Amino acid sequence: MRYLARRLGLFLVTLWAALTVNFIIPRVMPGNEAQAVLATFRGTVNPAALHALEIQFGTNVHQGVIASYFEYLGNCLTGHFGVTAQNVPVINEIASKLPWTLGLVGVTTVLAFVIGTLAGAVSAWRRGGRFDGLVPPSLFILSTVPVFFVGLLLIYVFAVKLNWLPLQGNYDIGATPSFSASFIGDVLKHAILPGVSLVVVTAGLWVYSMRNNMVTTISEDYVKMARAKGLPERQVMSGYAGRNAVLPNLTGFAMQIGYVLGGSIAIEYLFSYPGLGYLFYTSTTDHDLPLMQGLFLFYTLAVLVCVLIADLFTAVLDPRMREA
Amino acid sequence: MAVVDTALTETPAQGATDVSQGRFLRAVLRNRKAVLGALILLLMAFVAAFPGVVATRSPQAAIYGQNSLPSSAHPLGTTSLGQDVFSQLVWGTRLTLIVTLIVSAVATAMSMIVGVTAAYLGGVTDRVLTVITDVFLILPVLPLLILLAAYLPPGATSLIIVLCITSWAFQARQLRSQGLTVRSRDFLLAARARGERSLYIILVEIVPTMTSLLVASFLSLAVYVVGFAATLQFLGLGNSSELMWGTMLYNAQQASALEAGNPWWALAPGAAVALLGTGFALLNYAFDEIGNPALRPVRRRRRRGRDRAAA
Repeated sequence: MRYLARRLGLFLVTLWAALTVNFIIPRVMPGNEAQAVLATFRGTVNPAALHALEIQFGTNVHQGVIASYFEYLGNCLTGHFGVTAQNVPVINEIASKLPWTLGLVGVTTVLAFVIGTLAGAVSAWRRGGRFDGLVPPSLFILSTVPVFFVGLLLIYVFAVKLNWLPLQGNYDIGATPSFSASFIGDVLKHAILPGVSLVVVTAGLWVYSMRNNMVTTISEDYVKMARAKGLPERQVMSGYAGRNAVLPNLTGFAMQIGYVLGGSIAIEYLFSYPGLGYLFYTSTTDHDLPLMQGLFLFYTLAVLVCVLIADLFTAVLDPRMREA
Repeated sequence: MAVVDTALTETPAQGATDVSQGRFLRAVLRNRKAVLGALILLLMAFVAAFPGVVATRSPQAAIYGQNSLPSSAHPLGTTSLGQDVFSQLVWGTRLTLIVTLIVSAVATAMSMIVGVTAAYLGGVTDRVLTVITDVFLILPVLPLLILLAAYLPPGATSLIIVLCITSWAFQARQLRSQGLTVRSRDFLLAARARGERSLYIILVEIVPTMTSLLVASFLSLAVYVVGFAATLQFLGLGNSSELMWGTMLYNAQQASALEAGNPWWALAPGAAVALLGTGFALLNYAFDEIGNPALRPVRRRRRRGRDRAAA
């Protein structure tokens, strides 16, 4: 339990750091971008909300930095993350786009992690075999390719040349959202190209760590013991070698998740997929600083939640962690 | 680890160092990944150094036919403004490579300073630096990059600054754990007994033992920097008048090059980014293999009962 408590501590520290980064950046960056942006908010945003934003960005403030800092932290803790240029609360804007990103990026990330880890485990188990010679290197090379390039290629082949799949968006422009089979099919069809791009590029992030962990665990005595007992190969592979080899990979998952989310922003932009990543892109072109900072916080929170989930899995799989 | 020690001086050990140096070179040449990676980077370096030799047309002048398909005059076609895509690709190599190399070098240096200092000094310094490193590891890089870039004037300098700020943490963690392993070695005790200052010990005694790890850090950073720089510019956070592969991608995307039947405008710089990243990645992976024999491909040593895998 001390393990989880320590990880929870890091969770809180990082969240606090992200809030502080948000508070500091507008104050230390050269130029007065924040002032220029907030000036455009004056007509559309109500005075109370504008005051909160001025405290966050440090423009037109008549109180000390420390006082502003605590007022800003208080606002965030009570769920007030400011408003966008259109006077919509940032948190509502994020909530309305979240389902699309969760559906696309959440599913593809889990899928990629499972594929990468399995491929790594199998190739280590059959080290030197044909699978080992082919799959890990290809996935590894793919993982170094920028995800938007894979997206561009897929668009060119399957949307422009072959015209099999839609070019962009989350569903056909004319369709009305419902739970009918045809609408769900339409949504899935739109998710194929961005989803495949993400899986293809991110699966390789976890292949080699898993393979190399597995190579080490296979030569451990307890694996030899399991073999000597005459357990089926499959059981030795998953229950003895795999279970131990996957532990560092879960930590690796936590390390890479921020990178994966970054790639998803580029993919959502490329496919005009109206999730959080696309919202991030439009907020940069609109210079909507409150929305950008809110999204940065949200992405940090998303990474932290993933890290915590990975930690929970580690605790479940590794008894030492539970007792330590 | 000493095989990459480049401090070749006139010492009695000269002969021995020559041998290990030769063995290292041979190991590199025998590793197909290393040779391929090095070739890619050499090609890029040549193009970056002499772009005028490779592409004779102006990269910026909008004087050719608009959106034309690849032809002998324009191997990759022209942009929607009538610029030669091939020339843009060639001339864009220089700044792309410069940004990548500067950021990778600075970020490696930053991670070295943070990691080794934390490992050597220990105690409260170590704990504070470790927490800072962990926080930077978790903060999502691209959102942070976008946020920082929004406050800076778009351009290569801003790109270098924000990439340096955000990309040192992972290597710092690795260098810290390596630093911890050398911390209690005798030669450090000797240096401390001589009364050397911490800065001297870190820079002169510890850092040289990490040369190979630093090279590996530099290479793996370069892989990420190539991708992140292009992604940032692709999202429109670059200066689209500066000629880089990422800004080409942005301009192509803004002009819907794929749908407009002008695919090479977008695909060529994308492929160039991918190729450069792959070059660094191959070299990095080969480096791991040479340094760690356990990772080398095995061919003969197959387990008993594993024959069906080969069938």
